[in-house]
Amino acid sequence: MSSIDLTWVIGGPQGGGVETAANIFAGACAGCGLKVFGKREFYSNIKGEHSYFGVRISDKIVRSNVSGITMLVGFDAETIFRHADAVFDDGAIVYESDLSAIKTDEVHTLDAQFKKRLETYLSSKNKPFTIQGALDTAKERGVTLYPVSFKEILGNLSDETNNPKLRGMFRMQNVLAVSISIGLLGLPPETLLKSVGSVFSRKAEIAEMNKTAANYAYNFSTVKYSKFKYQLSPIPKEDHIMLAQGFQSTSLGKIACGCRFQSYYPITPASDESVFLESNEIIEVENNRPGSTLVVQTEDEISAIGMVIGASLTGARSSTSTSGPGFSLMAEALGWAGINEVPLVLTLYQRSGPSTGLPTRHGQDDLQFAIHAGHGDFPRIVYASGDTEEGFYDTAKCFNFADIYQIPVIHMMDKFIASTVSTVKRFDPTKITIERGKLLEKIDEPDYKRFRPSPDGVSPRSRLGLENGIFWNTGDESDESGHISEDPENRIYKMDKREHKMELALEQIPKEDQAINYGISDYCILSWGSTKGPILDAIEMLNKAGYKVGFIQIKMLHPFPTKYVQSLLTGVKKIIDIEANQYGQMGSLLNEYLDRKVDYYILKYTGRPMTCDELFDSIKKIIDNKAEKKQVLKYGV
Amino acid sequence: MVSNVADYKTEVHNDWCPGCGDFGIVSAIQMAMAEMEIPRHKAAIFSGVGCSGKTSHYLNVYGIHTLHGRVLPFSQGAKLANPEMTVVAVGGDGDGLGIGAGHFVAAGRRNVDMTYLIFNNGVYGLTKGQASPTLKLGLKTKSLPEPNVNQSVNPIALAIASGFTFVARGYAYDVRQLKDLIIAGIKHRGLSFLDVLQPCPTYNDINTRDWFSGMDNIDEMTNRPRPRIYKLEDTGYDPIVHIDSPEEENEKLTQALIKSNEWDSKIPTGIFYQNDIAQSYDQRMLERIPNYLENPPAYQIISEGSKSISDISKMLDKLEI
Repeated sequence: MSSIDLTWVIGGPQGGGVETAANIFAGACAGCGLKVFGKREFYSNIKGEHSYFGVRISDKIVRSNVSGITMLVGFDAETIFRHADAVFDDGAIVYESDLSAIKTDEVHTLDAQFKKRLETYLSSKNKPFTIQGALDTAKERGVTLYPVSFKEILGNLSDETNNPKLRGMFRMQNVLAVSISIGLLGLPPETLLKSVGSVFSRKAEIAEMNKTAANYAYNFSTVKYSKFKYQLSPIPKEDHIMLAQGFQSTSLGKIACGCRFQSYYPITPASDESVFLESNEIIEVENNRPGSTLVVQTEDEISAIGMVIGASLTGARSSTSTSGPGFSLMAEALGWAGINEVPLVLTLYQRSGPSTGLPTRHGQDDLQFAIHAGHGDFPRIVYASGDTEEGFYDTAKCFNFADIYQIPVIHMMDKFIASTVSTVKRFDPTKITIERGKLLEKIDEPDYKRFRPSPDGVSPRSRLGLENGIFWNTGDESDESGHISEDPENRIYKMDKREHKMELALEQIPKEDQAINYGISDYCILSWGSTKGPILDAIEMLNKAGYKVGFIQIKMLHPFPTKYVQSLLTGVKKIIDIEANQYGQMGSLLNEYLDRKVDYYILKYTGRPMTCDELFDSIKKIIDNKAEKKQVLKYGV
Repeated sequence: MVSNVADYKTEVHNDWCPGCGDFGIVSAIQMAMAEMEIPRHKAAIFSGVGCSGKTSHYLNVYGIHTLHGRVLPFSQGAKLANPEMTVVAVGGDGDGLGIGAGHFVAAGRRNVDMTYLIFNNGVYGLTKGQASPTLKLGLKTKSLPEPNVNQSVNPIALAIASGFTFVARGYAYDVRQLKDLIIAGIKHRGLSFLDVLQPCPTYNDINTRDWFSGMDNIDEMTNRPRPRIYKLEDTGYDPIVHIDSPEEENEKLTQALIKSNEWDSKIPTGIFYQNDIAQSYDQRMLERIPNYLENPPAYQIISEGSKSISDISKMLDKLEI
């Protein structure tokens, strides 16, 4: 059997159940053993603006989206206008048949720039500015159209089940649309119904009603329509596969590694993590009484990081989670944690800046800022995860780094990972370790001093409340006890003591935790964070096409693992830097730390994640020697 | 058990100006802690930035000198993670009511069980005497190039409006009364606020010690000054919310607001408002996390050796397909 790889996209107004529909669809596919990679795109809006969810399904691991849609599902006009053109020539559109006559002028949420582009395109095809025009254009390319009257289905269902309420339940059209899709794609109904049940698990009555509707729509589609060209079929299910969202990885990592205090200020996309922690605030603990995470919603991000520092001083593992604008507010306190050697983990879910930027879109915009945030020189670790699975294990590592080196650790995540829903191996908490470094449980000596010299620069750490452990902290430079000192020699001692921890980290942190080597070749990609997925998928495509390319994923971005990366690059002819920002922020680090310069940049800053095929094209161009030094990617609505 | 005031003092050189009101406040805190016999390692003093920021270095308990305006976030975080600590936060009026005003209001809403003292002198001393949020409109203290162009904020009224459940005012030169107020504040379960009038002898040449004593306002009959400062308790004022009813609460809040507006000729000190009925943050937490106080974040056991003992299997089960 040849490999399956298709992309299903559902769109609709925000608040109209798009996410629910996509979760049902993803669950139905994953329940058949298929691998799923889904991503949600939405506006900064509560209700009405266009949002969509793309789910890629395959029998092999998929880690990214593709440029294009195999099956588009739309029960509103905007979805058709925005995405019809992205449907592959041999793809399909399932749509509400009532929409045909709607004109572009009638869809008020179409922004002027997009509307103009669309109308120019339709004009060039001699089509009217209507849904029918857009659909006919697609049909001419070969796209199969499946008109569906959701209203009629609801009406029939209502009559058959003797439930007049159903007639007006337009919210259910998303469940109908998913069920019709599953029918067209040839998957069995059982996993669909199970997925409907689990998505609505909190409300039994609603679950039952939706299951009835799903079953009805599924049967309707198998009877009414001929099967779609591409068919999915169940494959043997691997054990212990989860369908998880990216933000759940750091949340679960925090609970597992003993983070017991989290403060935050609401911000997209970071707050999902804090809400998850609060929803699961009571923690079962082996052979022990229950534990808990105290989650505090603060008045701003300044307060959030201030509370984290206060909590960390008591010895509790503590963290905050934010995005670019919030992180900007945390900069001053980060320096305080640095000068006072306070461990903390700051989970930074990046999005597109500057300022509010594209508030609900993706970007790897904050690398240089994370490395430099705060005035003055102080040590920190900046550590980046590449996907959901890494997010879990890296969270635990970040807390260890923070405790061992008594420093703030910035854990780089982003919106792409946060809102990705994918099939991942069940996280294994036995694979994480908890290393608390020189945190003291007891002090007997009468003359404890917090910043007493020690050979490795890391002093034993007392905590508020510990007998004989009294210490002082100050944002000023301080002496061994923590009292203010402006003495020049003491200043050198303290500055060097702190900075020495960076050398120590580079020495002690295993190389495979500093960077991952996926293979070295004449052309070698260097990247960091969530570009990992699209890059790995693109490399597979390149290999199939006979191209060889290497890839190093840098995880520890500060302190920069110069020696290790340098050693990996011996013999590499060309370096390709791939990042989702405008400046090539990691590229600047490479240019700064390596004894060579980046040869090619592939960048994207539309706020939409890279797809594997646009990476495939741009990398291929480089190897074919047809590329400019810098390529900027654009795919995505 | 320690109960000697000297035990709460450090040997750090104190560099406040001679005659500064801050000395009296530090003494009052030390005396309060000694009288309450708080073990030194169970107390933490947090300070903001400015002259008052140095307070934490002069007390021989855990001392955390934080950032300008941020003393409340740091101290609340510590208290929430380790509720066994006695936490006292201190800072200037610029620190707490200028740059930190947002935290002041939010802290009132939260009502964490700790005590916050504002050293209120009307000026930014450490930056050479600019007008602070409590300086009255139109006053021109000696280093101001022009008279103060802003209205002043009323710390007592702001605390009451923000939800502080214990609101009082002390005077830096009445150390005994101040010590008693600090003790009452620490004993109060919830967030207690003390507005401490603290003349700055260097930069505030208007609201001076003499001014508070009424040296500019001599009674012609007796030829003695008429002191501005008086004690609420001497007037039969009752600040306490005795019964759990909105009417009672409103009445006490209103009388406190009225009293808070007295200034110029008569300046009240003492407790303005005290509500021991309102739930503190930790009490609210107990409803969500029943063993929060027995097993707070600071004392939770999270590992055996280097192995995690948090059991997340049920959460993972839910995600499995």
